[in-house]
Amino acid sequence: MQPLTNEQIRAVIARGKLKDTIFKGLGLFCLSIALLVIVALIADMVIKGSDRFTLDFFLNFASRRATQAGILSAWVGSLLVMLVTALAAVPLGVAAGLYLEEYAKRNWLTHVIEVNISNLAAVPSIVYGLLALGIFVYKFGFGQSILSAGLTLALLILPIIIVATREAIRAIPAMIREGSMAVGATRWQTCRYHIIPYAMPGILTGVIIGLARAIGETAPIITIGALTFIAFLPPVPFTGEPPAGLFDWVMSPFTVMPIQIFNWTSRPDPAFEVNAAAAGFVLMVMVLSMNAVAIYLRYKMRKNIKW
Amino acid sequence: MNSQAMSANNPSELPVVSDRLARNALRNVSERLIEALLLSAAAVSVLTTVGIVYVLVSESIHFFQQVSIVDFLTDTQWTPLFDDAHFGIMVLVSGTVVSSVVALAVAVPMGTIIAIYLSEFANSRVREIAKPILELLGGIPTIVFGYFALLVVTPILQVIFPELPGFSLLSAGLVMGIMIVPYIASLSEDAMRAVPMSLREGAYAMGSTRLYTALHVVVPAAFSGLAASYILAISRAVGETMILAVAAGMQPNLTWNPMEPAATITSYIVQVALGDLPHGSIGYLTIFAAGLTLLLITLVFNILGQWLRAKFRENY
Repeated sequence: MQPLTNEQIRAVIARGKLKDTIFKGLGLFCLSIALLVIVALIADMVIKGSDRFTLDFFLNFASRRATQAGILSAWVGSLLVMLVTALAAVPLGVAAGLYLEEYAKRNWLTHVIEVNISNLAAVPSIVYGLLALGIFVYKFGFGQSILSAGLTLALLILPIIIVATREAIRAIPAMIREGSMAVGATRWQTCRYHIIPYAMPGILTGVIIGLARAIGETAPIITIGALTFIAFLPPVPFTGEPPAGLFDWVMSPFTVMPIQIFNWTSRPDPAFEVNAAAAGFVLMVMVLSMNAVAIYLRYKMRKNIKW
Repeated sequence: MNSQAMSANNPSELPVVSDRLARNALRNVSERLIEALLLSAAAVSVLTTVGIVYVLVSESIHFFQQVSIVDFLTDTQWTPLFDDAHFGIMVLVSGTVVSSVVALAVAVPMGTIIAIYLSEFANSRVREIAKPILELLGGIPTIVFGYFALLVVTPILQVIFPELPGFSLLSAGLVMGIMIVPYIASLSEDAMRAVPMSLREGAYAMGSTRLYTALHVVVPAAFSGLAASYILAISRAVGETMILAVAAGMQPNLTWNPMEPAATITSYIVQVALGDLPHGSIGYLTIFAAGLTLLLITLVFNILGQWLRAKFRENY
């Protein structure tokens, strides 16, 4: 093989550098498409929906007339479903994460649980809807209620909370546990007074991300048969005639933000597009602000904690 | 000796040995109880899986008592709610396959390029900005993406392809691809960052450029991680529901052409659930048969992913 001349070597290097630069441009281009989609999406919804950003929009029920329709039952429904989801998923998820990190022995049972959790994370969300339709709605007789929806979403986000809890716990050094046990604390006392408090920011991040995912989920809730047209609110405890019980609202029919948006986008009348855009923007603000809080928390945590 | 001396000094202040043992025993019992409680919380995830399989299989058995499995797999019509009922799942599968292929054609190249760029080229400042953007993109509710596909992307595509109908697999698939990009980008980037620096340094020392190192050293070394991220992307695409329900139309249509509207497995389930079918009717049972098909498809890809990961795993 002929040795390359200086010019040829320089040409090879220049070609390599050019390819590097081209690829850099390509990478930035792809990233900017991602950014562009977010910006276009938000801008479109803000511009189209700007007519509806009034107090009435938040305080009106759904209506056949687009200009009078509002999202009251939808956002109240979303909040109540999230409450049930959080009450079910947080204790279960944290307990499961704690068990797997602090208690579980390396045996087949632990292995089954771990494999199972990672597989559940890949199950399509609509399948959870079918599970809930078969079990919660018909077998347990919860009907198409806030309770059914909340429990469905709780199962859906359980893997997210478990994984976040485990990661947060794993980051705590062993000396914390050893110190606690050395002064005579039991395993539970160690968890209760050290592990859980120290893992709290990480757990919280996971919980917020999980709830942000749940609040935007549509498919499983449609599958359990949630209604799309609800012009009343769930009963407030101790009001009405006869007075509603403290927990009557969990059995109430409901609608949620994503279903309201779906309902409006699937109507042929373009006037409802405006409503869909406005409601979509409200949902985006809810989800993105939750995500932003989680990202901020994580960033803060990474900076502050020094063991 | 010492403790004896102490208890001799003030015997009333120290508990008797039997008291201490009793408290110890109580403590052990409550510790056991707590451990059992925590274990049952962890077992909920297993129960969920059992529940999913139980519901889908038991309802599907009822379905297959009325419809032969051969018809289910080979019929070319899907009209379960008509008088002349046909149950050919291939009709729905075709919609799922076409939309997923469109989505992956967008998401795999874009996600991989972003991952390579972030892991091998970008400086830390670009990364600090880019990662939250990707995370936000991944956090957008799918119903909002559905709205975007139907009311923003479809009109734009209709300018380019005037014959494109108002509902199409193409527009839903494209938006679905954008939705999946963050999953591929973040998982692939993690895999590439796990490749030890010494490999890159070796390549640089031999005179490789950054791009050559990335494509010929880092990507092959991280291949098992990349494959895992693609498999996850396939699962997401196959299981995605709302974008398709909103933007791809919901008429069953056996087609391989992305320019047409078609129902997918998931959007069919949504369509049935929106209606008011009586519990136990054949229409009600079809969604469980469709759900079982969906679960089996994702299961196959999951197993494939685990096999790929095991086969191509590189240990350093």
